[in-house]
Amino acid sequence: MTRAESRSPSARRSDGEPHRPSRLLLALKDAGLAALVALGLFAPVVGLRTDVAPSGGLFLRTRWEDVAILCGIVFALRLTLVLWTGRRGLRPSTAPGPWTLRMQQAGRLFAPALLAVALALPFIPGVGRYELDLGILVLTYVMLGWGLNIVVGLAGLLDLGYVAFYAVGAYSYALLALNFGLSFWICLPLAGILAAFWGILLGFPVLRLRGDYLAIVTLAFGEMIRIVLLNWVSLTGGPNGLSGIPRPSFFGLSFSMSGEPDTFAGYFGLEPSPLHRLIFLYYLIFALALLTNWVTLRLRRQPLGRAWEAMREDEIACRALGINITTTKLSAFALGAMFGGFAGAFFATRQAFISPESFTFIESAIILAIVVLGGLGSQIGVAIAALVMIGGFELFRELEEWRMLVFGGAMVLIMVLRPRGLVGTRTPSVALRQKRVIGANLIGEGKG
Amino acid sequence: MAYALQQLINGISLGMIYGLIAVGYTMVYGIIGMINFAHGDVFMIGAFVALIAVLLLQLGGAMDGPAAILLVLLASMAVTALYGWTLERLAYRPLRGSFRLAPLISAIGMSIVLQNYVQISQGARVKPLEPLVRGGVEVMRDGPFVVQFSYIQMLIIGVTLAVLAVFTLLVTRTPLGRAMRACEQDLKMAALLGIDTNRTISLTFVIGASLAAVAGTMYLLRYGVIDFYIGFLAGVKAFTAAVLGGIGSLPGAVLGGLLIGLIETFWSAYFSVQYKDVAAFSILALTLIFLPTGLLGRQEVEKV
Repeated sequence: MTRAESRSPSARRSDGEPHRPSRLLLALKDAGLAALVALGLFAPVVGLRTDVAPSGGLFLRTRWEDVAILCGIVFALRLTLVLWTGRRGLRPSTAPGPWTLRMQQAGRLFAPALLAVALALPFIPGVGRYELDLGILVLTYVMLGWGLNIVVGLAGLLDLGYVAFYAVGAYSYALLALNFGLSFWICLPLAGILAAFWGILLGFPVLRLRGDYLAIVTLAFGEMIRIVLLNWVSLTGGPNGLSGIPRPSFFGLSFSMSGEPDTFAGYFGLEPSPLHRLIFLYYLIFALALLTNWVTLRLRRQPLGRAWEAMREDEIACRALGINITTTKLSAFALGAMFGGFAGAFFATRQAFISPESFTFIESAIILAIVVLGGLGSQIGVAIAALVMIGGFELFRELEEWRMLVFGGAMVLIMVLRPRGLVGTRTPSVALRQKRVIGANLIGEGKG
Repeated sequence: MAYALQQLINGISLGMIYGLIAVGYTMVYGIIGMINFAHGDVFMIGAFVALIAVLLLQLGGAMDGPAAILLVLLASMAVTALYGWTLERLAYRPLRGSFRLAPLISAIGMSIVLQNYVQISQGARVKPLEPLVRGGVEVMRDGPFVVQFSYIQMLIIGVTLAVLAVFTLLVTRTPLGRAMRACEQDLKMAALLGIDTNRTISLTFVIGASLAAVAGTMYLLRYGVIDFYIGFLAGVKAFTAAVLGGIGSLPGAVLGGLLIGLIETFWSAYFSVQYKDVAAFSILALTLIFLPTGLLGRQEVEKV
């Protein structure tokens, strides 16, 4: 109807200027086409839902209203987009946007503020069990994101199997603790070392591979480790997983509720409370995450970190300059895997139960999405992305099934609009006298 | 012997499905040098559209005979092709010339989107479909063991060969095929010579998606059970097939698909079913490490 209305005035005008149809008409035509495509896409898959009848057969349920709504949305979006930007559509931009500098300034204040809130969280009035649990979950993902950021963000190696190292860490701790009775504090470094070892082991064969091949092979490795965990029943319990994994202790003081002198509450003369353990776990993952961040920030200023970033920009130039690509790549894999292993050990001790279910490809994809949304290589960005994507969706539990859709859509959108992440600038590792910021558009990228 | 023959038949029909998907990977890789990570999910969409078409026809009481199956196939190909086109237009075209990892990350995002879109719109439950094509031909009898060449396996092999024949003609004999081959050799040069590269790339995705739709339809008819997650494993295995055959090579993709299908079938028949995916993944890793150009691929020269 809108199309017919707009056609008549523009048709009259076109008598005077035969060659220039109005912009609105073009936009409407374009949006109409988009809506038509949307109709073709959504009518079969959304409009006709296959449902399993109680008898076991399949039947179709129609949902044409949803299709109409979706097509309307597509029409409106396309119309706005075309009127806004012209037919050119949206283009990826790596130039620092007008808000980039402001965001950086805000980030300088925001990061310490976020840190302070995170530090004080357990003592903020009104924060109970649920909030602490959520905080632990978010911090676990922050740590995983920072760990993967070393591999993807700094070294430019797209790793789709990161969850494998998380699994190695979790199972190392669980098996060591269950079979040999070792304590968490001995197992934590062991889990990290074992995961790093696996990182090197899996890194070796893929040293020569280019970015996209590397991604698929790491995905395959991740799935292989999961399948082995699933089928090696005598060691890992198979699909039933491992349960009864010991909880960590506070310098030998357990968190049991009995109030004995050798428990945490008894030793410090506190009222025994299940919150103590949660607060302890919260600070544990907080410390681990900060360790990851600190190591990354320090390494970026050292030759190794600079070699990573150089390798990300241009591998061939790197090799020509005499940087040892083998050790550079392997160290990135190993360090990223080590932090994944730490996080895995923490996950095992928090849950007291692990099974291969927790280490599927989707988990890798979530961690990668957090890193990508935060901006490859940006530490504060990863933290914010984890907070928004994990914490935000936990708050809206009924939207759970939309979460991955939003994750995936956001990944595409970020890549299309700002491929270098929202912040899109890099701080040079070394600068004379003054600190400065370089827009990502000024950085060429080789095909290493 | 009889057992091995049966596995051979099963392996070839499975391999044909992988081969059809692998062609889509290898075409896209040949032209724009990216791995279309969402291609496995396009295959899944194809299977779902075929399922919906079958149910629609059953509702109309017209679901019998080869004509109905052809109709299902065409419906699935048409809708899935539209999905392929949209995928390229939304997620890949804006990224042409962007930095190296951008299209791949976008493709991973698109794969997640497609999976969850189908999960939300069609439900997460497994969809079982009554077998439409029953029966088969007895090939050999060895004591109690009967080697069956079922009609559905014949259908898969026949349809795949026919589709691949049409596809080969399309690539070697038509102007579109010539444009595609030109783009594959040098995108910029092809554009300078007046080839509409955007259109060619779009059509590549359309063709790849419709081949994946054929594979999806065949998968539905053969196994009768689909869910929103089938695209992931099938995609990785078809990608393995493309790599094994030599990525960028069309006959290689089909050859790789057949090999993967055979290896997987024989592995599950003689070693262990649990580790059949590990076998496929190991082949991927081993090929990339020891034979990066694949069986029929060209050596890729790194230019600086």
